[in-house]
Amino acid sequence: MYSFDPTEEQQMLIEAVNKYAANDLRPAARDAEESGELPQKIIAKGWELGLLQASIPETYGGFGERSAVTGALAVEEMAFGDLAGALAVTTPSLFATPILLMGSEEQKREYLPRIVEGEWSPYTAALIEYAFDFDPNDLKTTATLEDGRYSLNGEKAFVPFAKEAQALLVYANLDGQTQAFIVAKEAEGLSISEEREKLMGVNALPLYRVQLTNVKIPAANRLGGESGCAFEQLLASMRIANAAAAVGVANAAFEYSRDYAKEREAFGVKIAQKQAIAFMLAEMRTEIEAVRLLMWEAAWELDTGREDAVKDAYLVSTGAADMAMMVTDRAVQILGGHGYIRDHPVEMWMRNGRGFATFTGLAII
Amino acid sequence: MPIEFEAPKPITNAQFVLKTVAEEMMRPNSRYFDEHEHEIPWNYIEFMHSAMKAMGGNSLAPREPAPSSPPPEDERHGGDGGKRPPIGYQLIAAQMEALSWGDVGLYHCLPGGGLGAAAVHAAGSPEQREKFLARFHGDKPTFAAMCITEAGAGSDNSAIRTRATLDEKTKEWVINGEKIFVTGGDKSFTEYEKLGRGFIVVWASIDPAAGRAGMRAFVVEGGTPGVRVVKLEHKMGIRVSDTAAISLVDARVPFENILGSPTVDQNPTGFKKAMATFDATRPLVAATGVGVARAAFEFLKERLAEREIHVRYGLPRQKLTSIERDVIDMEIMLKSAWLMVIKAVWMADNKKPNALEASMSKVRSGDICTKITQKVVEMLGPLGYSREFLAEKWMRDAKITDIYEGTGQINRLVVARQILGYSGAELR
Ligand SMILES: Cc1cc2nc3c(=O)[nH]c(=O)nc-3n(C[C@H](O)[C@H](O)[C@H](O)COP(=O)(O)OP(=O)(O)OC[C@H]3O[C@@H](n4cnc5c(N)ncnc54)[C@H](O)[C@@H]3O)c2cc1C
Repeated sequence: MYSFDPTEEQQMLIEAVNKYAANDLRPAARDAEESGELPQKIIAKGWELGLLQASIPETYGGFGERSAVTGALAVEEMAFGDLAGALAVTTPSLFATPILLMGSEEQKREYLPRIVEGEWSPYTAALIEYAFDFDPNDLKTTATLEDGRYSLNGEKAFVPFAKEAQALLVYANLDGQTQAFIVAKEAEGLSISEEREKLMGVNALPLYRVQLTNVKIPAANRLGGESGCAFEQLLASMRIANAAAAVGVANAAFEYSRDYAKEREAFGVKIAQKQAIAFMLAEMRTEIEAVRLLMWEAAWELDTGREDAVKDAYLVSTGAADMAMMVTDRAVQILGGHGYIRDHPVEMWMRNGRGFATFTGLAII
Repeated sequence: MPIEFEAPKPITNAQFVLKTVAEEMMRPNSRYFDEHEHEIPWNYIEFMHSAMKAMGGNSLAPREPAPSSPPPEDERHGGDGGKRPPIGYQLIAAQMEALSWGDVGLYHCLPGGGLGAAAVHAAGSPEQREKFLARFHGDKPTFAAMCITEAGAGSDNSAIRTRATLDEKTKEWVINGEKIFVTGGDKSFTEYEKLGRGFIVVWASIDPAAGRAGMRAFVVEGGTPGVRVVKLEHKMGIRVSDTAAISLVDARVPFENILGSPTVDQNPTGFKKAMATFDATRPLVAATGVGVARAAFEFLKERLAEREIHVRYGLPRQKLTSIERDVIDMEIMLKSAWLMVIKAVWMADNKKPNALEASMSKVRSGDICTKITQKVVEMLGPLGYSREFLAEKWMRDAKITDIYEGTGQINRLVVARQILGYSGAELR
């Protein structure tokens, strides 16, 4: 059957996340963006919503089961509040979710309870590399097996909370395949930049450059152990999360500019009564809906183990990046000169909006 | 039901059957009828009529009366005795998409009630439905059409000038006016030997001073004296579908052929009801746009495959060729447009108000089917532009999707009013 109704549980979750997004993330977003700091207590509150915890079975310290659809709904809602905040709150998932999905039994037992039973703590992952043609399936960071240990070499970029991280999941090229490796913070040869990445947007999210020089890790630290992991699935999960976040940001920009257009007057009428504005809004809403449905479908395919999930996740991530740029650009346009001023959030969302072409790897569902 | 994207069995079955129909009965005729405008595709019509009858009249094509009326109970529930959620509109959308993949023009030549029957269904009484719709189950293929548009009233269809006045003596309505752009108008009105008697639904005012509240629809039987098909248009595309101009001069219609109340005060919602027809049919028209777009898209991919060009999904954009980027963008458009159609009809099936989703799906489909078909012609170069293949025809056919059943602009207005909470007066 086709059906477009979230379950009751999902509906409750959406409402809870929405409340947090509207009451906590959104009001803090501008200051956080300007100061570069998101208050720890806001992150803590987001963590208490229990999104990650609810995706992990009791055996490993959680209280639920992972669902990509639920994850996508939650990420959209959170990013609707604030993208940097959403990415910060969900950073531990970057480490935990791949372990849940692909980890060996020992890896799950060792890491999952530790992460989900306590307070938010910085576990992270390093996928992105600093190259214009960065390709997650063709990484320049390498892993080589030497004397029963893996040696990692290369440079990673945009790694959230790397400085404080207890451990990192580092993606590297092993014989032409992307694989993931658990790297402890004290590993020799691991060096994290002093300075944070300086980006066009998401300035509240602390991102770092990570250098790996002959970092030696035990063979057991390869995600999934000896047999490794099916990276395609993880990448699909990251791409859907990226799309979900893009939909959230775009929807924030759409709603804000719509409400503004109903207040602002020009030539004796509300600007929303002018077709040039009304049609932009109609198209924004339509494009958001288009990507949201693609995103739901890809997530559902992932949950039901369909092969199409990998390709569709790619398509939706690509489409979401275009859509988010278009929608956020128009939101600024609808506010006119006021949209360009940092008193309103739309210019921030437009800067965020361009990021989705690059952000795959900063969220996972 | 949680969020799910599994096409129900009756839909996948229909898609399977209709693919064959499209390949055997539509595609081989596409070019001929494109080049022989106004020739009626009798073989096709008769084949489709008997095939539909053989299959119970409802699994091969939009069932009667198509396309906006609720399907019969048994079929509305995924064939499971009423336990599953209804899927009637979803099934129709899937059928229309599949047939339009074959040929949108020939889709319009499918025997049945079309928009005319849809209007009877939306605005008629139970007795009227009984009386006017039974004919579509007869031995001969039968058509009906909808006449709203006039030379001076297109998007603004409240501006129609056609008048209906009651002759108190004979208790007949007397209708005068000129209608244009009537899809299937000829096959519905003209008395062809091979066809059953059809009808046209004519929109007219019973009280011009009352504006929209005075608008009513009248069932005008085929062959009614005073009514004439005065012209068949020559079109850019969907040429096999006849588009008629019809004049009505003192045409007399029985009193009981009015759909809705005969006086203005009792029924101020007459116009709204007519418009409600479109909430139901817009996603279906959107489905036809998706069908044509998919035809062009698949044709493009086949031609590329012949030259060993396979799209490398998964690569960053920076590493893709321009051809690959275009194909990927088209696929995103196509898939999302279809999901928007499905969501809109799923809402209709589940009795959720869907004016917003219906118009959004039409906006999206109008946009993407024109873009995709135009891009395919461009990308295929001489092969695209040549009439040796159908790509150029699909580009011509696709354009109508953005024009009828509310132009792209009119549907944007509907969407905008919905999201802004505006009335027609607040946003024109
Ligand atoms: C092949 C074909 C089949 C058809 N079949 C039928 C049929 O079966 N029955 C029937 O009744 N009609 C039918 N039509 C008519 C069709 O619905 C109209 O052509 C359509 O509604 C547009 O009306 P118009 O052509 O008068 O254009 P106009 O209304 O004159 O529009 C011209 C342009 O102005 C724009 N516009 C109009 N109003 C606004 C506004 N308020 N804001 C912004 N832009 C606006 C339109 O979008 C369009 O771009 C058919 C038309 C064609 C071509």
